[in-house]
Amino acid sequence: MTTETTPVPSAPASAEPEMLTGSGAIIRTLELLGVTDVFGIPGGAVIPLYDELMTQTKIRHILVRHEQGAGHAAEGYASATGRVGVAIATSGPGATNLVTAIADAYMDSVPLLAITGQVFSTSMGTDAFQEADIIGITMPITKHSFLARRAEEIPAAIASAYHIASTGRPGPVLVDITKDAQQNLAPFIWPPKLDLPGYRPIVKAHGKQVQAAAQLLLAAKKPVLYVGGGVIRAHASAELLALAEATGAPVVTTLMARGAFPDSHPQHLGMPGMHGTVPAVLALQESDLIISLGARFDDRVTGKISEFAPSAKIVHVDVDPAEISKIRFADVPIVGDAKDVIADLIIAWAEVLQGGASDTAEWWTYLHGLKDEFPLGFTEPTDGLLAPQYVIQRIGELTGPEAVYAAGVGQHQMWAAQFIKYERPNSWLNSGGAGTMGYSVPAAMGAKVAEPDRVVWSIDGDGCFQMTNQELATCTINKIPIKVAIINNSSLGMVRQWQSLFYDGRHSFTDLNTGHGTAMVPDFVKMADAYGALGIRVTSKDQVDDAIKLALATNDRPVVIDFIVSPGAMVWPMVPQGVSNSFVQYAKDHAPTWGDE
Amino acid sequence: MTSHVLSLLVEDKPGLLTRVAGLFARRGFNIESLAVGHSEIPSLSRITIRVDVDDVPLEQVTKQLNKLINVIKIVELDVSQSVQREHLLIKVKVDATTRSQVLEAVNLFRARVVDVATDAVVIEVTGDNGKTQALLRVLEPFGIRELAQSGLLAIGRGSKSITERVFRN
Repeated sequence: MTTETTPVPSAPASAEPEMLTGSGAIIRTLELLGVTDVFGIPGGAVIPLYDELMTQTKIRHILVRHEQGAGHAAEGYASATGRVGVAIATSGPGATNLVTAIADAYMDSVPLLAITGQVFSTSMGTDAFQEADIIGITMPITKHSFLARRAEEIPAAIASAYHIASTGRPGPVLVDITKDAQQNLAPFIWPPKLDLPGYRPIVKAHGKQVQAAAQLLLAAKKPVLYVGGGVIRAHASAELLALAEATGAPVVTTLMARGAFPDSHPQHLGMPGMHGTVPAVLALQESDLIISLGARFDDRVTGKISEFAPSAKIVHVDVDPAEISKIRFADVPIVGDAKDVIADLIIAWAEVLQGGASDTAEWWTYLHGLKDEFPLGFTEPTDGLLAPQYVIQRIGELTGPEAVYAAGVGQHQMWAAQFIKYERPNSWLNSGGAGTMGYSVPAAMGAKVAEPDRVVWSIDGDGCFQMTNQELATCTINKIPIKVAIINNSSLGMVRQWQSLFYDGRHSFTDLNTGHGTAMVPDFVKMADAYGALGIRVTSKDQVDDAIKLALATNDRPVVIDFIVSPGAMVWPMVPQGVSNSFVQYAKDHAPTWGDE
Repeated sequence: MTSHVLSLLVEDKPGLLTRVAGLFARRGFNIESLAVGHSEIPSLSRITIRVDVDDVPLEQVTKQLNKLINVIKIVELDVSQSVQREHLLIKVKVDATTRSQVLEAVNLFRARVVDVATDAVVIEVTGDNGKTQALLRVLEPFGIRELAQSGLLAIGRGSKSITERVFRN
């Protein structure tokens, strides 16, 4: 048996195949697939696997403190690089602790390989100790799953899972492996035969449809390129830039696509959606042609769907046929990989241009007007406390676009999407579809493992941080020096904002007592200290830069900065839930005026 | 809402039926009838599903089904282009005075009596939904004691087969 690095079919070796335990086969398979890092925790049903992990050197195993941390770390690893992230857990509760991360990866199309131990095949179905039907539990939130009950099945199961996770529309795939399958010996045959007759992702788009899209673009007076996370997953940023510049069309990047197109580019209008910029929201809303590239018309983008972009024709490009016309009818459906389709679209555009030129001057005059009138901004809090937006903006400015920023979920996530300027894909990680609080710290950890030479910031909230901060121990022990900025407004800020705006200010159970004027439980600086991280507290504007600079200069351990900010700060602009995007409010009680069409 | 018949060629893998049924449930589609069995190719099964949906959601159902890794092929079988059959076993109460009327109905519908007791008969009938429902209406007054019904089975007319279209490429 030779150890090739890629699973290319080669002439079978004449020698007898090597005999490996199932556990050995798991590790060898991962190795041959090119996996170099995995995140996990041992338990009864994966002890055989961990026994073999101990003696090998090719795969780095990061021992996390909670399986959810392993899942999000694998997601962060994958999202920062485009490679498959791998998480390992034991049976029963170990596996169920992965569920949130798997659901998160499913919603955000993250290539995630989850390997779980299962009880002995002879005990399955008997309610054995730590038995859970994890395949059944995760069926609605995985792209696919495999159960290996015999050692012989392991290489094909893992190789198939890896293939499915990383191709087409990426997503999580789970491989459940019984303890006896891990223990038993079997001949290790590589490459295994991938028997997936029902899996044929469409990559190359239909030429006629691409032509039709180019024709529509030529005729459009108010086009918009609506860019979603699919462009990042498809590594299509370079193609997108070329298309945007060739067509001169304005670009909006969704929450999942921040960084897919440079924020500094003059054609970029920013993020659309509930907390998008006014120009981005209204550009989509008043457009006559939306070219959707790897986006899925999420309700947080469209607002009330029946009133979304009423005059727009839709060109919908997606690698997943089920996304097309799911929410909004597509006049021109294009199934294909964003990278290939955009490249084809550039060629088709050059061909149709010979017949004339599009006229978007008036459109741009209008959009420039919106950009000038409604720039992103914030007002200083009236309580004298720090503005969270300022803190986040300074982190971005002092750290720069080469860093990776991983946010939790809530107000700080929106501010991090708005006030940090992204110039490259894979620099912005967040939980977009699922909205998983607690994503940030482990995702940042995973990103730092994948990209050790980059600065990795976790922009977290005081609520989120308390859900997964145990992974700071993992970071300290394994020398993964991430930087955590806790935007500490002492509350579940986004819920509090909704309570302030829509529930008469009745702040029901959203005070966490971690911030200004409270008992400050827990004390995040002491907590950082307890975890062996550098803890810094910042309470005033003049301390902000120094703290960030100290964090950037500290690379021998993780850093936690407890930014005590105003609980009164709100995320603006905002399109209230369930109404048309035309009702975007720039700030409280301040809706923009827009021209009647 | 209209009734649509989908024929699925699927890999015969553990949990396959759960994947298909679960997809219908979580996307909010009702399965009206379901029949599962082997196809002519070993390792492949064939599922026939009748679902009541409008055309647009139907497209969403088939696209989502197509995303299941173990689903190899889906075709919608139009009534006019396919043969569609249900199979029913009906236990009907009879006595000396009603037996002949029941047997007459059985003959008229080209059904068969497969079990006879002094006070009941078991009738087997195969046909499309119109025929089986009509028979049930005729038998109703006599007293239907028990009814077991298969899911709808369907196959395209003519020489083409769902599998050849899959394996041609």
